[in-house]
Amino acid sequence: MPTVSMKVNGKAVKGEVEGRTLLVEFIREHLGLTGTHVGCDTSQCGACIVHVDGKAVKSCTALAAGCDGAEITTIEGLAKNGALHPMQEAFREHHGLQCGFCTPGMIMSAVDLVKREGKKLDEETIRHGLEGNICRCTGYQNIVKAVQAGAEKM
Amino acid sequence: MTGTGVGASVKRKEDQRFITGKGQYTDDINLKDQTYAYFVRSPHAHATIKSINTKKAAAMPGVLGVFTGEHVKEDKIGGLICGWAITSKDGSGMKAGPHPILADGKVRYVGDHVAVVVAETKEQAKAAAAMVDVKYATLPHNVDAAKAMSTKAQVHDVASDNRVYNWSIGDEGNTAAAFKNAAHVTKLDIVNNRLIPNAMEPRAAIGSYDTGMEAYTLYTTSQNPHVARLVISAFHGLCPEHKLRVIAPDVGGGFGSKIFIYAEEVVCVWVSKRVGGRPVKWTAERTESFLADAHGRDHVTQAELATDASGRITGLRVHTTASMGAYLSTFSSCVPTYLYATLLSGQYNIPNIYAEVDAVYTNTAPVDAYRGAGRPEATYVVERLVETAARELKMDPAEFRRKNFVTQFPHQTPVIMCYDAGDYDASLRKAQEMADVNGFAARKAASAKKGKLRGLGYSAYIEACGIAPSAAIGSLGAGVGLWESAEVRVNPVGSVEILTGSHSHGQGHETTFAQLVSDRLGVDFNNVSVVHGDTDKVQFGMGTYGSRSGAVGMHAISKALDKIEAKAKKVAAAVMEASTDDVEFKNGTFTVKGTDKKMAFGEVALAAYVAHKFNSAEIEPGLKESAFHDPANFVFPAGVHICEVEIDPDTGVTEIANYTCVDDFGNLINPMIVEGQVQGGIVQGIGQALAEGCVYDDASGQLLTGSYMDYRMPRAADVPSFNLGFTCTPCPTNPMGMKGCGEAGAIGSPPAVINAVTDALGIREIAMPATPQVVWNAVQGMKKAAE
Repeated sequence: MPTVSMKVNGKAVKGEVEGRTLLVEFIREHLGLTGTHVGCDTSQCGACIVHVDGKAVKSCTALAAGCDGAEITTIEGLAKNGALHPMQEAFREHHGLQCGFCTPGMIMSAVDLVKREGKKLDEETIRHGLEGNICRCTGYQNIVKAVQAGAEKM
Repeated sequence: MTGTGVGASVKRKEDQRFITGKGQYTDDINLKDQTYAYFVRSPHAHATIKSINTKKAAAMPGVLGVFTGEHVKEDKIGGLICGWAITSKDGSGMKAGPHPILADGKVRYVGDHVAVVVAETKEQAKAAAAMVDVKYATLPHNVDAAKAMSTKAQVHDVASDNRVYNWSIGDEGNTAAAFKNAAHVTKLDIVNNRLIPNAMEPRAAIGSYDTGMEAYTLYTTSQNPHVARLVISAFHGLCPEHKLRVIAPDVGGGFGSKIFIYAEEVVCVWVSKRVGGRPVKWTAERTESFLADAHGRDHVTQAELATDASGRITGLRVHTTASMGAYLSTFSSCVPTYLYATLLSGQYNIPNIYAEVDAVYTNTAPVDAYRGAGRPEATYVVERLVETAARELKMDPAEFRRKNFVTQFPHQTPVIMCYDAGDYDASLRKAQEMADVNGFAARKAASAKKGKLRGLGYSAYIEACGIAPSAAIGSLGAGVGLWESAEVRVNPVGSVEILTGSHSHGQGHETTFAQLVSDRLGVDFNNVSVVHGDTDKVQFGMGTYGSRSGAVGMHAISKALDKIEAKAKKVAAAVMEASTDDVEFKNGTFTVKGTDKKMAFGEVALAAYVAHKFNSAEIEPGLKESAFHDPANFVFPAGVHICEVEIDPDTGVTEIANYTCVDDFGNLINPMIVEGQVQGGIVQGIGQALAEGCVYDDASGQLLTGSYMDYRMPRAADVPSFNLGFTCTPCPTNPMGMKGCGEAGAIGSPPAVINAVTDALGIREIAMPATPQVVWNAVQGMKKAAE
């Protein structure tokens, strides 16, 4: 079995994986970081989004072995020194979550969107930018508000 | 409203863990020595099982056991049940076929559970499941509700015509007379499209058996863990209730689909003993959710509305064929009956209503309650009919509704329900203003200039939440009571724990319930915690569905708080050497009338626990009270949706240009949370109207919409932001004057959207989901007709 080394949330980690082990399985099952969720098996829902070398990636679509040497940030690594990331804070402030299951992926996706599109985001840009994330609870309205507000504070 | 009390938009307590990835959903939990289950499912819609050979699978690496229906019989594990007995019009009982937790000689839908493999790893279990050799002999199948009673495919021996029941409500003769005397009759054939719930967290379970304690534990994605424990104990016969602990930790959405007691969860807890007590974990792959979660809706209806010469509604007649799928799921039978036909009066004064429902078996996944459960189907029938009648009568659809609104309360409908309070016109007026209905003609003209078709549609919904009282629903066939329990534990330092039988899976109970307690006891909001979802902590409860946790669950808490207040007054009186009658409690402080004596709530709590200052023979130490609350009546949320669409006739794409919704939920506990519930519900309804549709292939019986690539979930870019407003007629049967808000959005929205689409196209009917293809075809049909 191949050994992979990565930096996850700033910490060096190492593990033996099968060739077929998905990045999300490595994160959830080997590292015990269960904030990253699996909501589907076709890479549609986005609950598993993490940052790989600074870019949003659906971790159910990436092989762990393929991320050897990468820097990964998961939802658990977004808050720094006990302070929530502005995007996390905005989701709470604007009621951008209900059951919370899609939330980690949604927040990781939103942070990536701001990196790509800048801090001034209009509603249309946000709605199209979240195309790869499904939420069944909120109807998206408060997520859009949260992303807009979070972006400005990033 | 500011602060943290009732009526304030308090930010949610539960969010901290969810936004930091610290939520604990069932699949996040891993127990020592855990094993993994994978299910072998039927690839056929209907077949006899000739043989199951498990030898090869059992010999695969890591496999601990392969279990089939034979093992179920060996251990005498009972089948899945349906908890509501519906009696047919002719007095006969409903025809419930057997529903074993693993197939017993027959499979009845694609995805039916045939066998289970338990192995050391998920991958090993899945690999071995592929080696279980099942020989099937296929049988004729039918997936279409409309054909169920004429097909050769008989799903269960007990129902020769596939009919589970033929039920009716209302007065057939009087209704027939109303139609005979009608000045105008509007008829519609209506299909309420089948939906797949798709909570974002797939179902999951971990069952374990403690060989030392001889007791079971089940972690499960449940909306009602106590009901699960009761059913697994009493009907599956696994063990007595005190030997089974059911824990539903953080649950990632339910929408009804996690109410039910499913085979997979029962299997996990059962087979744990068979593998030496090692925990057995199963997490559904999304494809399994599509195949084997209970689906929703699937009604085929013929409906007609009678009106007199002045445009007053005089009668409503409905025949509905409702698919139950291949088996009767936990509450399936009550959905197209008592949760559906009892709402057919809508917001209107309709003197004569008659509805007949045939519930039928088809070779599809079981169908049960899904957000709204019966009320969306009823609202769709009523609001499509009313809109169509208004158009036929050349009346303004809003005026036609207004003319027929119920205006006097209480109002007894001909179909059981007695509406307690409401002001339907207030919501309609407010919605019309907010939606700028007067400016619609100009907007339509502007759209036309761009080559687009604009339409406006109304929906005036009413629904019933908090099904009650228990004695009444018992007389209608319910196997359970629908009260709720609460326990209020005041700690010696004055902080409070609320134990509730309600279960939160997105609704924010940890916040709203704390708001109520903070308000009532004057305790800091942050010193209140809510405990739920664990049968070892909360004694019993009925769970969360049907928008009942506010109206019923909070009412139970309110009752327990009354008792806390009464007891604390006694303690305070003893300590302050006053008569209990002279003690008053306000803003967290006990005072003695006519004196300056006072004690803070926390001081009284401490006094209750140290018990130094009162006679323990007269007052028991401690401060803990519980209550079981059985409501006197349903609550009746109602409101108006106005949807404006713009359609591109060249592509068939429908854009929601403007959406307004005004709801009367009585008093609101937390407007921020209520608005969130409404927004989410509306999008589920827009999903039903424009995008979502479960499709089984007639020829093969296969589910064609088995993934997110085939089943169209609404995405952020598919919907706009909504204009929400509220009116308020407090509910007279609960002390908080509140109604339910969890399902209203999904109930009111589909007819508003379809009424807007048909208005835009200038046609009478269009099928849901009105996808671009469906709309484009309709446009082509219109063009042809014009030629």
